[in-house]
Amino acid sequence: MRSTRNLEVGTGLFVLLGFAALAFLTTQLPSSGLKLGGSKSGYKVLAKFDNIGDLKPGAPVSMAGVNIGEVEGIKFDAKDYKAAVTLRISTAYNQIPDDSDASIQTQGLLGGKYIGIGPGGSDMFLKDGSTIPFTQSAIVLESLVNKFFANFAQRGGGGGGGDSGSPDSSAAPSGDATKEKQK
Amino acid sequence: MIIGGLRKLGQVTLFLGSLLAQCGPALARPRLVVHQIYNAGARSLIIIMLSGLFVGMVLALTGIDLLARFGSEDVLGVAAALGLLKELGPVVTALLFAGRAGTSLTSEIGLMRATDQLTAMEMMAVNPMRYVAAPRFLGGIIAMPLLVAIFDIVGLFGAQLVGVQQMKVNAGTFWSQMQGAVHLDDVVEGIIKSLSFGFACTLIAVYEGYNASPTAEGVGLATTRTVVASAVLTLIIDYLLTAAFL
Repeated sequence: MRSTRNLEVGTGLFVLLGFAALAFLTTQLPSSGLKLGGSKSGYKVLAKFDNIGDLKPGAPVSMAGVNIGEVEGIKFDAKDYKAAVTLRISTAYNQIPDDSDASIQTQGLLGGKYIGIGPGGSDMFLKDGSTIPFTQSAIVLESLVNKFFANFAQRGGGGGGGDSGSPDSSAAPSGDATKEKQK
Repeated sequence: MIIGGLRKLGQVTLFLGSLLAQCGPALARPRLVVHQIYNAGARSLIIIMLSGLFVGMVLALTGIDLLARFGSEDVLGVAAALGLLKELGPVVTALLFAGRAGTSLTSEIGLMRATDQLTAMEMMAVNPMRYVAAPRFLGGIIAMPLLVAIFDIVGLFGAQLVGVQQMKVNAGTFWSQMQGAVHLDDVVEGIIKSLSFGFACTLIAVYEGYNASPTAEGVGLATTRTVVASAVLTLIIDYLLTAAFL
């Protein structure tokens, strides 16, 4: 009798522990699991970006560094060739001015992208379905590096042709001058 | 050799067929299944939790050593969680399960075979598949995902212990990065893997015990085969499932 009771208690404990662990893993760990509870609350706001980089659905939306929502969906708007990003912002933060700006920022140097919202000065607030008017695209590191090197090469060419350490504005004319010399 | 392998495969498949046919009737006697969940699951709890703790701790330790070189200790939580959920949790639990529960299943059933208990049951028109094999099979399959979940949780706790308490990774970063990067798919992948491993390991254990030679040596050989086959099969299935989910 005692051994059957031990068996039942042991099995019950094991099954309880196991299902508690499973429940924790499925609901608490993944961001999508948390969304199950949070998806009902919150209002949707649209923002259009020229370039979203590698922003993904589920990325955080933050304001002054505080997480206030997440990216719900990303679509391509064929009419004006922009990325239409749907943000879901928690209803607790329903006093964001409707002339706020949204920018795509990077966590750390190479971390994931997130959307930062900077407050505007309007008396009207963003509500469900409204669009954030001012956006700033993701800074794509490669294009930044390309721009830097193009600039650098241009300056280097101008410097080799004539006066060294010339300011940026005089780089183009001095380049022309070397071409004329070569002719 | 090839014919022998084919024959073995066919035998296992046929055995699985008759086992599945008896699972319904076995569920009608839940007490037998509960007993086997206790044997396979509850009694493996200590070894699973101890292993999980140390696997999580060593994961965090090696992870932080590697990540610190790139200055990205903040993703330690992600690395530990994904490593545990998708690979280490199911695989290590399955290997431990084969060693702890699989061997005891094989030797128990093999000993029943060797001492003619199974034959006696058949003589009394009691189907040993229904009363011996099927409850053990079901118990193993039910216990396995629960064990994996417990292993994962304890492993995460271990990773947190080393990463946050010892190596001073920010606790908020550790957990929030983890929640940001782990998706429900990853958890489901772990559960599917654990179910498959539980299925494979328990099937092998029950089959080997049921078909063991009725001698002391035969039972010993069957137990060895259980561990070897379970381990190899677990790793092969793991590769296939990982490739499928990628």
